[in-house]
Amino acid sequence: MNVIELDRATIGIGGRSVLVDASFAIKRGEFIGVLGPNGAGKTTLMRAILGLLPPSAGDIRVFGRAPQRGDRHIGYLPQVRTVLPDLRVRGFDFIASSVHGERWGVPSLSRADRIMIDKTLTAVGAGDLAARPLSEMSGGERQRLLLAQALLGEPQLLLLDEPLISLDYRYQEAVVDLVRRFTRERNITVLFSAHELNQLIGTLDRVLYLGNGHAALGTVAEVVTPSVLSQLYGTDINVVHADGHIFVLSRGRDVEHAAHLHDEGHDHEHHHGHHHA
Amino acid sequence: MTKVTITSIITAITMLEYDFMRNAFAAAGVAAVVSGLVGYFLVLRGQTFAGHALSHIGFAGATGAVLIGVASVWGLVGFTVAAGIGMGLLGERISGRDVAIGVVLALALGFGLLFLHYYTAFATQATALLFGNVLAVDRAMIGTLVGLGLVTLGGLAAIMRPLIFASLQPELAEAKGVPLRFVSTAFLTVVALAVSECAQIVGILLVFSLMVGPPATAQRLVTGLWSGMALSAALALAEAWLGIAIAYHTDWPVSFCIAMLSALGYFLSRGNFLPRREETI
Repeated sequence: MNVIELDRATIGIGGRSVLVDASFAIKRGEFIGVLGPNGAGKTTLMRAILGLLPPSAGDIRVFGRAPQRGDRHIGYLPQVRTVLPDLRVRGFDFIASSVHGERWGVPSLSRADRIMIDKTLTAVGAGDLAARPLSEMSGGERQRLLLAQALLGEPQLLLLDEPLISLDYRYQEAVVDLVRRFTRERNITVLFSAHELNQLIGTLDRVLYLGNGHAALGTVAEVVTPSVLSQLYGTDINVVHADGHIFVLSRGRDVEHAAHLHDEGHDHEHHHGHHHA
Repeated sequence: MTKVTITSIITAITMLEYDFMRNAFAAAGVAAVVSGLVGYFLVLRGQTFAGHALSHIGFAGATGAVLIGVASVWGLVGFTVAAGIGMGLLGERISGRDVAIGVVLALALGFGLLFLHYYTAFATQATALLFGNVLAVDRAMIGTLVGLGLVTLGGLAAIMRPLIFASLQPELAEAKGVPLRFVSTAFLTVVALAVSECAQIVGILLVFSLMVGPPATAQRLVTGLWSGMALSAALALAEAWLGIAIAYHTDWPVSFCIAMLSALGYFLSRGNFLPRREETI
């Protein structure tokens, strides 16, 4: 069964089309790595799947029907996470705010809701974060908490928008492993966007490369080739395999690496080490 | 029992023998609880500046109302609610425009001054509006405050769940179907009502002392949402009542005493109430 289907879909924001006439289908239980240059439409695609952005042409189907805003079967970890730095709300209350958070009135949690939150926190190893205020958590701990939140309520589809950003290398691996284990056990479909293919290479089933208005979905061997990527990036791309890693190069420069540095501005030391490892 | 405690109990009792003191305690109590609860969300959302802006805009409304012979509280309510809705509808676009807000605030205060200029009892009115005059509250005003307070808290209760969600995680709340713009506008309307209420006690310039001080202190001390709200309301109430009692004993202005307690509570909770010593000594 296809969880997500795009049939000649065109998706755009502010008059600019980020995806033109794209068609692909994602099956149940697949772990899809979503990659591509900055501004290629990774976030936009997820917002379209969430029903926040209707396609300007063509068709998008999620669980066999048009995307519905607030679909309970979708777990979402947004990329822009506006967490106030001085937010002294405890972890439990923070993620509990999303449980039936769209209903009016005074918040209340049933016993079943509380048990579900506790179980999910424990499942991702974040049980100790329930009582701690957000302002005292590290970036990795916050990310784990947000991951637990995306997994609340047993979603069948998980949209994770750059969950590895601002995490150091050890945590990146831990997060990928955790998502993999949790979703495989429950046959959950995952769209996991990232800056670098190598972060996901041993984990993903197929890769969805976005760029230049186009989308290419397939195995790493099918998609991560000079001809496919040259079209997506709109420039001559070379693909180098080394040591179980894959590097996507444009005129000798690592494009993913460059994009990541451009986005984050820090982490230079760390990535340097990673590349020469 | 020592002589001192007996004396203070007696003064506490005699304090309540006066009608104006009982009215002051009642009015301050209602306004403090409303301010503490609404203020909790103002601080949670990092929107304290909006509260400040609303109170300044309210000044023009209050003085304008007095000029045309309407009770100042209704001018305050009218202007702040209109401004709150306007700010909510402008939404995110307003956040990057603090210069524009600053100019509008100065203009609002300027208009307030102009309206006062044409009103004869200039000085008393100005001081009462800007710094509060809780000892002059009458029974009718208490009724108004209770009514306003119920509407304010009713509105807050109605939007509380999506408000918390949208405050903590706006992107996710939007994806889950929370109408962010509506929630934000409705909340600023609630804030506008709370500001009008609070300004009756501590005055327009000191609304922070009840709407920001107690919730900020509560958020330093506890990390739960419900416990935070309860503590915020309790602190606001305690500071307001204690402020009136201190004012009664010392003859200092009530609003000063409340502002002082509010600041004291906040800096104590941060654990750095003593100013840092300069290295140069």
